[in-house]
Amino acid sequence: MSPSSLYSHHVLCSSIPLSKNVQSFFSAFCTEENIEQSISYLDQEQLESSRREMIGLQERDRQLQCKNRNLHQLLKNEKDEVQKLQNIIASRATQYNHDMKRKEREYNKLKERLHQLVMNKKDRKIAMDVLNYVGRADGKRGSWRTGKTEARNEDEMYKILLNDYEYRQKQILMENAELKKVLQQMKKEMISLLSPQKQKPRERADDSTTVLSDVEDDAGEVSRESVWDLSCAAVREQLTNSIRTQWRILKSHVEKLDNQVSKVHLDGFNEDDVISRQDHEQETEKLELEIQQCKEMIKTQQQLLQQQLTTASDDDTTSLLRDCYLLEEKERLKEEWSLFKEQKKNFERERRSFTEAAIRLGLERKAFEEERASWLKQQFLNMTTFDPQNSENVKLFSAFSGTDSDRDTLTVHSRPRQRQPHSVCRRSPVSTSKLTKSLPTSPASDFGQTRSCASEHSSSNALNITHEEAKPNQVGRECLSQSRSLVPRPGSQEGCYNGCPLTCTNSHVEEDNLL
Amino acid sequence: MNFSEVFKLSGLLSKFSPDGKYLASCVQYRLAVREVSTLQILQLYTCLDQIQHIEWSADSLFILCAMYKRGLVQVWSLEQPDWHCKIDEGSAGLVASCWSPDGRHILNTTEFHLRITVWSLCTKSVSYIKYPKACQQGITFTRDGRYMALAERRDCKDYISVFVCSDWQLLRHFEADTQDLVGIEWAPNGCVLAVWDTCLEYKILLYSLDGRLLASYCAYEWSLGVKSVAWSPSSQFLAVGSYDGKVRILNHVTWKMITELAHPTTINNPKIIVYKEAEKNPKLGLGALPFAAPRAAARSLSTTETKYEVASMPVSLQTLKPVTDRANPRIGVGTMAFSPDNYFLATRNDNIPNAVWIWDVQKLRLFVVLEQLAPVRTFQWDPQQTRLAIGTGGGHVYLWSPAGCMSVQVPVEGDFHVLALCWHLSGDPLALLSKDHFCLCFLETQEGPA
Repeated sequence: MSPSSLYSHHVLCSSIPLSKNVQSFFSAFCTEENIEQSISYLDQEQLESSRREMIGLQERDRQLQCKNRNLHQLLKNEKDEVQKLQNIIASRATQYNHDMKRKEREYNKLKERLHQLVMNKKDRKIAMDVLNYVGRADGKRGSWRTGKTEARNEDEMYKILLNDYEYRQKQILMENAELKKVLQQMKKEMISLLSPQKQKPRERADDSTTVLSDVEDDAGEVSRESVWDLSCAAVREQLTNSIRTQWRILKSHVEKLDNQVSKVHLDGFNEDDVISRQDHEQETEKLELEIQQCKEMIKTQQQLLQQQLTTASDDDTTSLLRDCYLLEEKERLKEEWSLFKEQKKNFERERRSFTEAAIRLGLERKAFEEERASWLKQQFLNMTTFDPQNSENVKLFSAFSGTDSDRDTLTVHSRPRQRQPHSVCRRSPVSTSKLTKSLPTSPASDFGQTRSCASEHSSSNALNITHEEAKPNQVGRECLSQSRSLVPRPGSQEGCYNGCPLTCTNSHVEEDNLL
Repeated sequence: MNFSEVFKLSGLLSKFSPDGKYLASCVQYRLAVREVSTLQILQLYTCLDQIQHIEWSADSLFILCAMYKRGLVQVWSLEQPDWHCKIDEGSAGLVASCWSPDGRHILNTTEFHLRITVWSLCTKSVSYIKYPKACQQGITFTRDGRYMALAERRDCKDYISVFVCSDWQLLRHFEADTQDLVGIEWAPNGCVLAVWDTCLEYKILLYSLDGRLLASYCAYEWSLGVKSVAWSPSSQFLAVGSYDGKVRILNHVTWKMITELAHPTTINNPKIIVYKEAEKNPKLGLGALPFAAPRAAARSLSTTETKYEVASMPVSLQTLKPVTDRANPRIGVGTMAFSPDNYFLATRNDNIPNAVWIWDVQKLRLFVVLEQLAPVRTFQWDPQQTRLAIGTGGGHVYLWSPAGCMSVQVPVEGDFHVLALCWHLSGDPLALLSKDHFCLCFLETQEGPA
């Protein structure tokens, strides 16, 4: 290009950031021929600008230095003034002291004079008037002041001082020992903190090796604990130096960790086992929220509980609330009720079956009796002359017709089988009452009739009587009556009494067993 | 809380006996000894002149009554009421009088501090100590009563003499490196003596019992220096209060400062509790209650009920601007007291006169600030428990403990201005002294069988 264009460019770009302009300029006009020319032009530019810069800075520097000098001068002046004032004060103080001393000397002279006058005046009215001298506080006699006592006083004084020093030294030793212990503990803990580094390979292997070597050294020293009890300077220094080195290592370790953390922040998740701070914070926030919620829940529950215990709300709710306290008991009650109901049902069932059985029994009995009656009739018609059996039958009859009071003896005599109807009757009182309802009679009449029956051998009467005798309330009687009813009918003879009651009772028993 | 009835008193002279059984009080020239539990007068003694100072002997058997105007000291015995003892200093005059720790010697300081006379009640001997220093606290006894340190001044130089109290032998005599010694105090363990210089020079010197200089401490130059000094009960700390409003605590091992406790006018730390005293019933406008007007006008602060309120941060406290052209300005930490269990330190910064600052010694930081409605006149720790009683010259007594604080009005007809407090050695009762009266405050009410 032409030099004129170069010149115009040169005028335009005269300020400092020349590099870009220069480059563009360079690319604009620079050709292979012009290189050296352009370079020389550029160099001139730079030189000019830098020269101007330097001048500006120099000017500033000069100004600042001027200011500095002025300030220094001011400071010096102030200092000088302060010094001068101090000197003035000092000189005034010495002057005052001197004056004071002079006055004091004068005053002392006066005092001496006065003292002399006072002592000489001899206005010694008894200076001390005491009724009687008092004993010493410790009860001992006063002792003369001799050289011995003086020496003793000195000794005592030194003893007191020594005691005090010893006491203080003991205190300081104790404090020292404690502090040493603390330092040792710190050292151990620091070592343990730093030793896991052996496993994890991190950057700067050199540092870690120094750590290891230090750790090994110190580990060896730890065993020599007795050494620390000495308080000589060398040992003291050792301990403090080792603490210092450990602390330095710990500090560098912590700094490393800090750097890592910051790196992680910048680069993202590099390590798996490093949790980013954000995640950690989020977790903690979540946990805090949870805790808050749980606390609130607990609070509300507590409030509700309080309300229940103290306030009286409307009836429904109070009854509900009251009910809920007895819930457990209610449940139990329910269970027991159900059990009871079941049992009741079972009992009902049993009862029904018993009644049915008793009805059946009654019916069967009726049928059976009718049969027997017919059979007895036949027998009676067949057999008419059995006397010994009659007498036995009479005995039996009398046995059957016995009163209540004689029952026991009768039962003793009577055959054991006859007892069973008693027990049978007891098991089904209801059924017997049903049977015998229709046959009420008075007891007296029973006895009378039975006796008469017994004597007359009129079984029909007896039978009638037995039927009539039966009463619902008297179980025993019923049994008897039943057993009597089992006694063969009028149709049957005494002889049959032997067999029939047996058979009857047997059958009855059997039937009973069937039940 | 029970208050006893009010008894007459003069000169704020009311003291419990060291064994805690009796209470001595004086009215003008009469000395009354009462039993503490019943407040019945056991003995009544009459002195020759108005009593300015009373002191119990250490074994509670004797009481000395000093009458400075007449230069007389009279000693009374409790066991033998008709025993009498009168010490007349004559024309030498009397400025101060105190017991020795064994309770058998009386040390009288004559006028102009010409000498100290040691009178013995056991023997006829009299000792003289020349050149005692006329300063705030020139005599101090160790807690076990073995040694006495005395500040002396000869040829414009300060000296310290250590005496053995049992036979008054001079044990040590050494020069103190001070310009103008103002006070000396033994540490509670009796092995270190703190010596501090005039307020024109900040200097604290620590001497051992045998006279060696252990350490010297100086916080700054030229400004007004030390105003008050207090040892902690365990002798571990020495608190130095100075005119710049700060307390510096020195430790007993290195005698170097471990912390500076500042008293700022504005407190902004939420960990500190600030209790402000406030009136319970704010005064009504006079127009509202015409019939109550004359009473309301006459009503002073002492009759209104007050209570404490916890103030919210930031709290700004009432400050006094000190007058700069006068000597002994009311600035700086003028009163300090450690609690007996060593846990707390109560201080008062004189340019914030209404506030009591309570510092936690374990943590070496401010714990509680109590701001009253009137300037605090006196505060005392309970000797048994951590409890602080404060009196402001009003009709209330204030109690603070770590559990809380309360303001109790003294139920007395008329005005009762609590000017001084005195705890019993068991911590109950607390004697409240006013100009003309005193009463006892029983803090734990006992329910006796009746």
